[in-house]
Amino acid sequence: MSDAAIQCHELGKRYRIGERQPYLALRDLLATAWTAPLRALNGKGHRSAKRAKEYLWALRNTSFEVDRGQVVGLIGRNGAGKSTLLKILARVTRPTEGWAEIRGRIGSLLEVGTGFHPELTGRENVFLSGAILGMSHAEILRKFDEIVAFSEVEKFIDTPLKYYSSGMGLRLAFSVAAHLEPEVLLVDEVLAVGDLNFQKKCISKMGEIAQGGLTIIFVSHQMNQIRRLCERVLWIECGGILRDGSSGDVVTAYESAMSSGSYETTPGARGAQSRFYRWGIRESPLDHSNHLTTMGPVTVVFSLRVNEPVRGVQPDVGLVDRENRVMWAGSGATIDLEPGEHELEIMLPTLPLRPGSYRWWAGLSRAHGWVELWDCHPEMIVATDVYQHPNEKCSSVLNMPHEIAIHQVKGVICS
Amino acid sequence: MATAGTRQLHGATFAGERVRITPPAGWFDLELKALWKARELLYFFVWRDIKIRYKQTAIGAAWAVLQPFLTMVVFSLFFGKLAKIPSHGLPYPVFYYSALLPWTYFATSMQAATSTIVDNQRVITKIYFPRLLLPISAVFSGVVDFLISFVLLLGIMLYYRMIPTLAAVWLPALLLLALLTALGVGLWLSALNAIYRDVRYVVPFLVQFWMFASPVAYPASLVPERWRWLYALNPLTGVIEGFRWALTGQGEAPDRMLAASTVAVLALLAGGLIYFRRIETTMADVV
Repeated sequence: MSDAAIQCHELGKRYRIGERQPYLALRDLLATAWTAPLRALNGKGHRSAKRAKEYLWALRNTSFEVDRGQVVGLIGRNGAGKSTLLKILARVTRPTEGWAEIRGRIGSLLEVGTGFHPELTGRENVFLSGAILGMSHAEILRKFDEIVAFSEVEKFIDTPLKYYSSGMGLRLAFSVAAHLEPEVLLVDEVLAVGDLNFQKKCISKMGEIAQGGLTIIFVSHQMNQIRRLCERVLWIECGGILRDGSSGDVVTAYESAMSSGSYETTPGARGAQSRFYRWGIRESPLDHSNHLTTMGPVTVVFSLRVNEPVRGVQPDVGLVDRENRVMWAGSGATIDLEPGEHELEIMLPTLPLRPGSYRWWAGLSRAHGWVELWDCHPEMIVATDVYQHPNEKCSSVLNMPHEIAIHQVKGVICS
Repeated sequence: MATAGTRQLHGATFAGERVRITPPAGWFDLELKALWKARELLYFFVWRDIKIRYKQTAIGAAWAVLQPFLTMVVFSLFFGKLAKIPSHGLPYPVFYYSALLPWTYFATSMQAATSTIVDNQRVITKIYFPRLLLPISAVFSGVVDFLISFVLLLGIMLYYRMIPTLAAVWLPALLLLALLTALGVGLWLSALNAIYRDVRYVVPFLVQFWMFASPVAYPASLVPERWRWLYALNPLTGVIEGFRWALTGQGEAPDRMLAASTVAVLALLAGGLIYFRRIETTMADVV
């Protein structure tokens, strides 16, 4: 048996699209039931295709372990799956597949002031919120004075919460949470609120706890916080772990990938008889095949659907960066294409790009112009290690691992 | 080695709690153990409900009495004095108030339990606790209102120079039956309400129909003998007739009715528990 505090094995969570949006109304259900026989007549294929589209994997095939006492940051863009992962670990929602095991008392702070009620006084809210967070009555009684002192709102402790300033409410809420004494703490971006001084106090309180062997999983968009608090960082993208490593490395890679703006989208010149519709990097996991994590070799595959025979075209592929500079481009020999599914494959021995986002194009051309041109979607995210000169003025286009050494090849030079 | 030392130290605490998170499985995984562990939180939820209900109200707990009292006045006037509905020979105010007492408790508790999941949406999407605590606390916090309005019943009885009979020892059991009925229905409706918000429009109708299907405005003896068994499947029939009998000694002990009611309640409750647990696993995703 492993010694990990948190163990996740192939965790996955599937949502029905729209599930989190407007709730279902009974009348919708009745309406669907009413038309069901009609839809059945329309043929089964149509229905099952529709059904597959209604689901979305917010998290998939996610496995990792966290050692006791480790402070781990979760980073990634909005909707990448960080919060879903945290919610599963906090037991707010259940996974669709896989399992996780947590050893130790769990404290979860997905929000500041969970269970606070504006009509109740500060004192009453401490007891209520403490109980909801998982403290026993005796425990709250024992820590009550300490909680109130930490929050710095002693004077107003018997005033209803609705008369508190938002800062005071937050301080009281965090004080309750900071005295949970869990063994595994799950924190979702809660430190992003409140005044700066109190933030510092909370962070040092959390750091204090961590010295005592507390395991923390921490979601934040503030890279400074992540750098300061976490030793290890998981970068989540498209529902999976993209990178897992020391916080310095992963945060640097993430920041340079995110500093890119979005592309100006040109629709390309879409063909009538033939169309590219999908692309992916073969070495990457299936669910986020637009992520490049190695220097190479790299195989990129573009799927092409041909409806009518296409004669005498040249495949044309290229890669541009966010400033539309061409990083690499190539074209193949003239060919004829028969109707059906095709795959255009390019093999590159290495693709030493700086972390960031790039966009592929894939096309079929004739002498007088494009038969088909696709500005590939989604863009390619490069999330490799960073090998750049320490001086920013010398930062380079290519990003390659290197060794620099000086060898003495001759003895004393005689004059 | 210092590290090895601390590891062992933590190993000792780790043996205590271990949580395994898996996809929902099985219909009969009721997690009653987790429910028992969280009983203190149940107390806090009940306490919160009661505290909040009468904050910033002008007449406070008097609301608990006012609703059944005014209904009693209206019923006594229209059903009693005008329609002359038989009342086991009891004064109409006693006849109606002793029925409205358990009925009001049941109706408000059931309604509170129904909306409890949606009302606590924020907490549900942010933290784990056995969700069953919410409907359970809703039906418990209604008991306080019941006790307050019960005092008024004693007042009304004294006014008519009546005292409760010894059979009043059965009242707690009857109240428990009303509580379990409210919980059984509340489990179904709160889970359904989390998914289909239409449920909240249905509930007022349900309450209205249910009241006329229970011996609130009339005695159960008005129902033809051959339909009694069906009538008794409504748990409130036994509860309300039981209340009248236990308090005044008039009418007959509804023992057969109560047996049927108990069976109906247990079936309702078991079904509600299983359905609620089934929805609970995805409650945070849909509510």
